Amino acid sequence: MRGSLRSDVVVIGAGSAGLTAAIRLAQAGAQVTVIAKGAGSTQLAPGWIDVAGYMPGERAPLASARRGIERLSARRPDHPYALIGVQAVSDALGWLLATVAAGPLSGYTYHGGLDVNMRLVTALGGLRPSACAPITFTAGEAAGLRRVAIVGVPALRDFHPRLCADNLRAAGIEASAHSVALDLRRADASALELARALDDTRARRAFAASLAAVVGSSDAVGLPAILGLREAPAVHSELQERLGRPVFEIPTLPPSVPGMRLYEILGHALRSAGGRLVLGAGVVSHERSGDLVTRIDTATAGSPSGYEAECYVLASGGFHSGALELDSRWQARETVLGLPLSGLPREGAPRFVHDYFDEQPFSRVGVAVDADLRSMGAQNVFVAGASLPGAVPWREGSGEGIALASGYRVAELVAAELGATPAPQSSGAAAPAEGVGPDERAG
Amino acid sequence: MSELAELAALRGTLDHCVKCTICESTCPVAAVTPLFPGPKYAGPQAERYRVAGQPSVDLSVDYCSGCGICSQVCPQGVKIAELNAQARHAMKAQRGVPVRDRIITRPELLGRLGTPVAEIANRALGSRALRTAGERLLGVHRDAPAPRFAGRRFSAWARAHQSQAGRRRVVYFHGCGTEYYEPWEGERVVAVLEHNGLEVVVPKQGCCGLPQQSSGLFDDARHSVLALARALEPYLADPATVIVGNATSCTLMLKREAREILGLEQDPVLARVAERTYDICELLLELHQAGELETDLQPLRETVAYHAPCQQQGHGIGKPALDLLALIPGLKVRELDARCCGIAGTYGLKAEKYEIAMAVGADLFAQARESRAATVACDSETCRWQITHGTGLPSSHPIDYLYRSYGLDEV
Repeated sequence: MRGSLRSDVVVIGAGSAGLTAAIRLAQAGAQVTVIAKGAGSTQLAPGWIDVAGYMPGERAPLASARRGIERLSARRPDHPYALIGVQAVSDALGWLLATVAAGPLSGYTYHGGLDVNMRLVTALGGLRPSACAPITFTAGEAAGLRRVAIVGVPALRDFHPRLCADNLRAAGIEASAHSVALDLRRADASALELARALDDTRARRAFAASLAAVVGSSDAVGLPAILGLREAPAVHSELQERLGRPVFEIPTLPPSVPGMRLYEILGHALRSAGGRLVLGAGVVSHERSGDLVTRIDTATAGSPSGYEAECYVLASGGFHSGALELDSRWQARETVLGLPLSGLPREGAPRFVHDYFDEQPFSRVGVAVDADLRSMGAQNVFVAGASLPGAVPWREGSGEGIALASGYRVAELVAAELGATPAPQSSGAAAPAEGVGPDERAG
Repeated sequence: MSELAELAALRGTLDHCVKCTICESTCPVAAVTPLFPGPKYAGPQAERYRVAGQPSVDLSVDYCSGCGICSQVCPQGVKIAELNAQARHAMKAQRGVPVRDRIITRPELLGRLGTPVAEIANRALGSRALRTAGERLLGVHRDAPAPRFAGRRFSAWARAHQSQAGRRRVVYFHGCGTEYYEPWEGERVVAVLEHNGLEVVVPKQGCCGLPQQSSGLFDDARHSVLALARALEPYLADPATVIVGNATSCTLMLKREAREILGLEQDPVLARVAERTYDICELLLELHQAGELETDLQPLRETVAYHAPCQQQGHGIGKPALDLLALIPGLKVRELDARCCGIAGTYGLKAEKYEIAMAVGADLFAQARESRAATVACDSETCRWQITHGTGLPSSHPIDYLYRSYGLDEV
């Protein structure tokens, strides 16, 4: 076994919950190390921040995420929002808006808030209640849509403009379906490859000209989310200018270009704040002293190497990432630190129900925490994101909101534990002093 | 476990692939050329169609550079790069290995031939006419960065050098780059280690086999790495002794790649060596954490850009060089976040891959130039040569900054 690296805080997991916690703590002056088995799922997600879209069991979407947080919290005191509190959710969204605006993608901004859920177009032509989304999405807010042209690219075989337009019409929006070639000289291409192609000025001019020929008298144009990776703000504004009407992105199957943009922004913020990030480092074992975790070891090449910290943040995800497991004898366990779980169905109670997308009894399982998001199994381990119990994110439309807000709230709690003060909102993503570049560290 | 069973174990990881595409979105090669469709297509997906004894289904795997980023970012633990390395080996075994690959993957042979006639060899490597002929005859791109033979060998210096008995012994694995091209790098490593009270032993040693492995020449690679492990292992009797290297891709080969990719998990000698091998920055940071690193560091009033090469990231240890450089007063460090310089050992030397390698490196080159740093620090020698080729900026190992900050260049 190798020696160990000391930090104030070790964050386990590089998804949006872990990165948010890590960035906030690093900005508060803590020495933070993020360790993760691999890159988190931020870059698979659509890029919008759904906070609370539905109450389970009700068909109608929630008009306001704030109201949704209140109702979810009232219904279940173990819901993550009941522990996080609406103020922290609001602060977290504000922080994200500032972080994106000050990030490496100049001109790329997020918009929205807790008071009014936008209804954003999905690839199936559904309308997704979302609290906050990038500027490339918000022009597709259903409230402003009357006659919309949905345009696909034949090479992107997973996006079907007719399906999308048909369903939008069923929802009362006048939608037409079109197709415009973006030729990469191959039979098919992913959203990412198309986005990289549009990063090129000439390619997007040609694409804009082809679009102009088909979108007719529509008053908005919806495209799959391929509007540039690094040049997204320029691609988006140039298309809007050229077409003379709002243009909006619709999320695709992975790879998700808006998800990659967000991951890039969060990664940049972590580096700027001086945090360390170690990928390819799954946890293989840990040491304890009483109810404190004292060291964790990761799968370094050759032999495991250790990380020691005052506090640990567990943001390793839920069943989907493999952080929680259910074995063939119906025993569930937390795979990283072996922490106790809550939300388990009673012995003998049904574990699964017939409809896949229904509220599965196992869906509320997570790491048992106290009111301060502290694990019931280790005094210095705080829990964020999909590792938390109590939510059914796919029914509630709450996954991104819980990840962001719990990461933000955990950072406040850990900072208090360490005696550090979180940086105020305004300095959240500001450049370091002395006019140095964002990636500069002075020795 | 038999060798076949070991290879099957690696293959078994593909069942964990959930097709999330994170590897696709981070692959530096697929981002710049349609010739490589991406690690998921060439790896976990094509792998299901590969049957022993049947022709290779997918020749594009030859365009994988082997940088290993896909395996690092995979959230499900699929050994994508390792699977692709094995597929490349199977393909080369079926279709034959170019003579070029048999030559450029033998740094020892090249070093032994070039060192005594360094001046002539360097002039030849700098000759436009000869490089053009080399491209036509051998397929080594005329513009690819070629290191210059030092004309002397590090091991000759090491034999004449006596390390003082220290509080702890370390075994220095210098690799071929230090031996034939940058012997001064090895002298600096030894000086820094000795400055920190360590006794340095330099066993007679050869190539780790990585260049052969990455070109699909597995038998040659196994022969090289097992011989190296047997040269180093006898020095490990004291449990406190570790092996340390400054060639980060070669230390990764010893730590993990040879065992996983070449199916050598069961070799007990290599296992002991793997467990005790350190990258130089990893070891120095560990010493610092234990309060054992000398901190009599003098200010360096300069700006350095730092690039952590892909193979360094493959260690799974983060970027210890950044923590070390941060100890040096006055030194301004700009961390470059572009993923890969493109060279991937010998990949970017090959005529058909040179342009791809330069396109992969374009981001890094632009960042380095924009950083306005005077030099670029990087842990891998082939990456340094490529960075200098792509930017015109001098590039050196992070250890060089410590060496100067300790004042060892003035001794």
